[in-house]
Amino acid sequence: MQTRSIEETAADVAALPASPAIHSQGLVKRYGSIVALDGLSMTVPRGEVFGFLGPNGAGKTTAVKLLVGLTRPSGGEGWVLGAPIGDREARRRIGYLPELFRYQDWLEAREVLSLHCELAGIPRRRRAAEIAEALDLVGLTDRAGDRVGTFSKGMQQRLGLGVALLGGPELVLLDEPTSALDPVGRHDVRELIRTLRARGTTVFLNSHMLTEVEQVCDRVAVVDRGQVIALGTMDELRGADTLLRLRLGRVSEAALEALHRAGALDVEADGYTLRGVGRDAVPGLVAQLVGLGCEVYAVEPRGQSLEDRFLELLGGNDAGADNRAPHHS
Amino acid sequence: MPVLTIARLTIHETARKKLLLALVIITIVVALLTGWLFHKILELPCTGEGSRQMCTTITAATILMLLSFMFSFVLALGAAFIASPSISADIESGIFLSMLTRPIRRSDVLLGKWLGLATLIAVYGGATAAMEFIISRIAVGYMPPHPVLAIVYIVAEGLVVLTLSVLFSTRLSAITGGIIALVLFGAAWLGGITGSVGAAFHNQAIENVGTITSLILPTDGLWRGAIYNLEPVAMMVVQQGAGRAESANPFFVNAPPATPYILWSILWVAGIFGLAIWSFARRDL
Repeated sequence: MQTRSIEETAADVAALPASPAIHSQGLVKRYGSIVALDGLSMTVPRGEVFGFLGPNGAGKTTAVKLLVGLTRPSGGEGWVLGAPIGDREARRRIGYLPELFRYQDWLEAREVLSLHCELAGIPRRRRAAEIAEALDLVGLTDRAGDRVGTFSKGMQQRLGLGVALLGGPELVLLDEPTSALDPVGRHDVRELIRTLRARGTTVFLNSHMLTEVEQVCDRVAVVDRGQVIALGTMDELRGADTLLRLRLGRVSEAALEALHRAGALDVEADGYTLRGVGRDAVPGLVAQLVGLGCEVYAVEPRGQSLEDRFLELLGGNDAGADNRAPHHS
Repeated sequence: MPVLTIARLTIHETARKKLLLALVIITIVVALLTGWLFHKILELPCTGEGSRQMCTTITAATILMLLSFMFSFVLALGAAFIASPSISADIESGIFLSMLTRPIRRSDVLLGKWLGLATLIAVYGGATAAMEFIISRIAVGYMPPHPVLAIVYIVAEGLVVLTLSVLFSTRLSAITGGIIALVLFGAAWLGGITGSVGAAFHNQAIENVGTITSLILPTDGLWRGAIYNLEPVAMMVVQQGAGRAESANPFFVNAPPATPYILWSILWVAGIFGLAIWSFARRDL
């Protein structure tokens, strides 16, 4: 058998395509007879903002806790930044904002950040700059010397974000980051997430707030009852087909024929609704209608909202089920 | 180093929460009271056999033993109080969620917590015992025969309770773990007395109760080591003259703990701590 040098092996490893930020295969978590996660399989590419959507009790937080090594899986496998989940060295490159958390209320905000710098193994010479940057990013510079016990829930959430961003992690997992924030705070968090994406940081956003996910995420997984029931880019998830509202005059037989050919047509009192038209096909259809002598007053393409799609998915997954909580095995 | 960071944080917490200040104030108050008490010994009329010096020595030694018993009890109580929430409270509050996702081992966190609390117990136990000994020396000129060893045994007793409470804290709520640790501490003390009674009345079965409890939880066995090192020769002579029935006196011991017992106590602490590491590593957060 041919022996390879360490340098050759290292070169081979370096030539490999970068591992995804997160990859899981059939992750299962059971608490006694309760199944919180039922074979979670997904891949989160690097450098994207990944939304992890689901109703309350769908297993979102359990999934995040498994990924960061706080909880041990009952089955399946998972890799984070190329290392098995829970790997200590990989945790050096991960930032995490838990959903329900607290920091030592007897410490000052700056001391909390300093403690996490130490625990994260950030070199002493870099700590002051890291702390100052984190405080600035989350808008807590003026309160750095105040005890955490005097902070509102929203400020604690900001501090939590600052802690998660210490050391410039490659992957940031945010579990319901805006749950305690006012509209200004929510806006700030969205801006922060966009800043992270611009830096090339992968963001895993666990949320049940659809508008938030819709505004910042590149890719979304919808999870329900411990399983991923849909995964794709925002466009893929919403569907590329467009719902087209048309207001037309002088509609000839030939024009009606063309509309029927383009998609499923509903003739309504105040116009026409056309379903199943590809977004790219809209200009061609308009040109064709004009060519057939139609008077085109309005063309309103309307994509399916994430909320429509989300409700459709959940409805399809379990028609009529009110209780989406973890189920018994 | 994460262990030292956590240990420092643990001590910092007790300081910020004014526990250290409270302990210092209350210890000073107790010291003043005992100083007054020792001073009063000199005014006692010593009658009967023996010199004035012997009378003073035995009285001072007895008071010191009672004080040491009180402090060892306070130390055990304190250890249970501060160690029972050490892990469970940080789990319940969510403090651990962000700490334990850092590149550190859970065993480092556990060891750091133990080290921080053990330092507090050693400093408090050592300082208060030493203070009482010095007060006795100044007030009545009496110093126990082996003060350092006595302090080591008292502190070791506190560390046993601390380790047990840390183990409970990895799985039980603060209040449940604390109460169980204290009940076990009391049971071990009672077991020790029961064993002494068995020895006094030549009842092997009852004597075995003491031996078994001292092996299950070595607090009482270590406390006996502390008493032995506090006993002046004069007291030994007087007590041994009283015969075997004196074995039943919980404040008299006629032999130090055997070396195998000391080794067992060390192994016990290491074993229970190992169990705590195992339990905490498997705990889902």
